[in-house]
Amino acid sequence: MTDLTGTVLTPETEDELAKVVRSAHDNRTALQIRGGGTRDFGNEVRTDAVLQTGGLSGITLYDPGALTLVARAGTPLADIEAALAAEGQMLPFEPMDHRGILGTTGTPTIGGAVAVNASGPRRLKAGACRDSLIGVRFVTGEGEIIKNGGRVMKNVTGYDLVKLLAGSYGTLGVLTEVSFKVLPRPQATATLVWQGLSDVDAVAILAAAMRSPYDVSGAAHDPADGGRTYVRIEGLDQSVSYRAQALARDLASHGAAEIIADAAQITAIWAGLRDAEPLRAEQGDIWRVSVKPSDGPAVVAAAGAEAAFYDWQGGLVWLRMPQGAALRERIDGIAGHATLIRGTGQRVFQPMPMPIARLSQGLRARFDPRDILNSGKMI
Amino acid sequence: MQMPDPNAMIIARKAHLVARLQQVLPEDAVIHSDNEVRAYECDALTAYKCPPLAAVLPANTAEVAAVLRICHEEGVPVVPRGSGTSLSGGALPTADAVILGVAKLSDVLETDYDNRFIRVQTGRTNLSVTGAVEQDGFFYAPDPSSQLACAIAGNIAMNSGGAHCLKYGVTTNNLLGVTMVTMEGEVIEVGGAHLDAAGYDLLGVICGSEGQLGVVTEATLRIIAQPEGARPIMLAFDSNEVAGACVSDIIRAGVLPVAIEFMDRPCIQACERFAKAGYPECEALLIVEVEGSDAEIDEQLSKITAIAATHNPVEMRESKSEAESKAIWAGRKAAFGAMGQINDYMCLDGTIPVSELPLVLRRMREMSAQFGLDVANVFHAGDGNMHPLILFDANKPGDLEICEAFGAEILKLCVEVGGCLTGEHGVGIEKRDLMHVQFNRVDLEMQLRVKDVFDPGWLLNPAKVFPLDVTEGRRIIRQTAA
Ligand SMILES: Cc1cc2nc3c(=O)[nH]c(=O)nc-3n(C[C@H](O)[C@H](O)[C@H](O)COP(=O)(O)OP(=O)(O)OC[C@H]3O[C@@H](n4cnc5c(N)ncnc54)[C@H](O)[C@@H]3O)c2cc1C
Repeated sequence: MTDLTGTVLTPETEDELAKVVRSAHDNRTALQIRGGGTRDFGNEVRTDAVLQTGGLSGITLYDPGALTLVARAGTPLADIEAALAAEGQMLPFEPMDHRGILGTTGTPTIGGAVAVNASGPRRLKAGACRDSLIGVRFVTGEGEIIKNGGRVMKNVTGYDLVKLLAGSYGTLGVLTEVSFKVLPRPQATATLVWQGLSDVDAVAILAAAMRSPYDVSGAAHDPADGGRTYVRIEGLDQSVSYRAQALARDLASHGAAEIIADAAQITAIWAGLRDAEPLRAEQGDIWRVSVKPSDGPAVVAAAGAEAAFYDWQGGLVWLRMPQGAALRERIDGIAGHATLIRGTGQRVFQPMPMPIARLSQGLRARFDPRDILNSGKMI
Repeated sequence: MQMPDPNAMIIARKAHLVARLQQVLPEDAVIHSDNEVRAYECDALTAYKCPPLAAVLPANTAEVAAVLRICHEEGVPVVPRGSGTSLSGGALPTADAVILGVAKLSDVLETDYDNRFIRVQTGRTNLSVTGAVEQDGFFYAPDPSSQLACAIAGNIAMNSGGAHCLKYGVTTNNLLGVTMVTMEGEVIEVGGAHLDAAGYDLLGVICGSEGQLGVVTEATLRIIAQPEGARPIMLAFDSNEVAGACVSDIIRAGVLPVAIEFMDRPCIQACERFAKAGYPECEALLIVEVEGSDAEIDEQLSKITAIAATHNPVEMRESKSEAESKAIWAGRKAAFGAMGQINDYMCLDGTIPVSELPLVLRRMREMSAQFGLDVANVFHAGDGNMHPLILFDANKPGDLEICEAFGAEILKLCVEVGGCLTGEHGVGIEKRDLMHVQFNRVDLEMQLRVKDVFDPGWLLNPAKVFPLDVTEGRRIIRQTAA
């Protein structure tokens, strides 16, 4: 048996990766799993050796006519986005880039995006990363290679381990290959902007926009500088201008909206919101809180944050808090959960009620019996 | 299809079990006479029947928990049941099992339009969920053809789809949270009105677990604002290949229709005979539906028309009115009924990559000649979910077996070209023994371990989804413990 302690492992095939994990299992070597290392939040990981997935790279199948793409887990996200863009398609879930707020460097991989279930503003309409993910291959903590799901978008054959792996932060298995349902890239886009609304009024206008038939694909509010409230519309040319105007008209009683049609400006606005740019600062803890959209303003009111903004109609609240602040105590009583994306002194993930915690531990014990994959990360 | 031998020791204790169930449920909620339990002997896969030991109809989560606690203590298998419309035998009982029906749990618990969700008890039918919100401009998107009858419980268990899931996704993409009772009788809450639950995505694995992980009693469902309007266009072609290519081209062009339905000649002819839909004489027919305002619909349909025109269609019929839309859909909606008028049929449900459509249809025709049974196709082409209907004669000895063998070959073909055994109907007993085709032992073992976590005693719907030889060890432990 080879002792892996202190090494950085860079397998280049799934078989090699499985072999490495098997030997780590035999030796009880705790592995830190790294894609691009750009999303390194989570509780501290017990690390004897580092396992890098970057060697497993490349798009293995892209069928634009079937809206499906399959790639090895270490493939740079940018490569995938470029391949899709060349065919006028995109990943539906708009994964955020964590480098800005975390100050990390490196190249985000598709496996990393899946491991944290990274989902941006379009999540409201198109679902999270886990909703677009239709297949996985992964290696368990015992070094077994498992496949689940596949490359077709309708598949109910057996249990859905695909969703279970999304957002499991490398604690249930090392992803080696992921398949997605993709979408046509919208031909046109428009963004409505309201200025000067209070948080409560802004979230009300976002709810009204989402209740409209106009197929809104982004709904956010940034209270900075007096407040800007954004609603995004995407689709075919004529359809977008029609819907933007109809929406502005229907919501006129809440205040007049400016309609932005400049594509570059729109991309910049939503990329900024996606990457939590309104919170960017050297100091302070960064939290991400998931609640019922209408509860968003109550979270911000109770949190006492240095800065905050809302995505997902108010259902995703980003907060920058004084270092070490016990956010969960302050917002206790509002249903949902909080994740510490940057900072120390608090548990990163929301503690779970007993039956859920027991089931989760049970799953982890089956997928990684010796606790060697990103050990401690999700506790 | 083989089912495990019932446990005689459990059957011998029936009176004792019934007495215990009667202590926690009203009298009429425990069904145990030989006559009455027969109502629960099968689901919509009617070729397989077996009356259960008893059936219970609890009216709330607490009663469900009480029933499960008793069955757990007594070591009695439980088969959850919604409306019994499963096409894969998911709700088929064994003679030593209790059917737990959720039909009495049919209330709407909460509607919240600002946050766009509805919370219901899971015995509620799919269509009546939309019924509860449509007057306010909302709908629940997953729309199985059985929506008038099937329950949300079954939809969650099977991760059901429908004609409109190309745009809106299937059940799992529209499910926000559940209240579920474990086999031990513990009530757990997973997810809720917020978008992403904390921790592992238990909701994701519960949805589609075919009643093997817990009994789902309440659900929080995403509701969506109704579009301003919707209209279909009918496109007729003189070959399946061309129709298949047209589907791919439409998708590549960046239009995302809400539905693309495909019918082949045998199906078109049956629809014509029984629904008089006025479909043209052709080999393959597509119905493509788009949504939006009138102007938006026109914009999308004109794009689709332009694409279809490059494929030399036999006919293109764009709906201009509600009445014309109805006429175009009439045949498609009557398809299953029409086929049923002609013959007994078995409805398959494999999915294939859309690009493999022409090949698969051609191979299916060859196999049809080989097995001597006709096959008709009507399916969701946009997502590659096929529904080949194999026609057979239930009264002719041996025909069912030939039909099943033919079906198995078609499903193997689906897997071979990169697809899967079932796109929306679930594995149940029907595809249980074919799971080896899609998964190896290790893949299956990982899924079994998930069940071990939720239901260590293997009492919930134990004879489904996985090949019996694969689950034998786990089921036997349960039986000897009982
Ligand atoms: C004519 C016809 C057309 C159909 N069209 C479609 C279609 O377009 N798309 C589609 O996806 N399906 C379709 N189906 C299949 C079927 O309607 C679906 O699978 C449906 O979701 C089953 O719902 P049910 O309430 O009838 O469930 P049942 O048949 O009662 O049960 C189905 C499964 O769910 C489990 N279950 C039931 N209740 C619970 C519960 N409370 N907790 C946990 N598990 C539970 C059962 O054990 C079983 O495994 C069709 C069926 C028919 C007969």
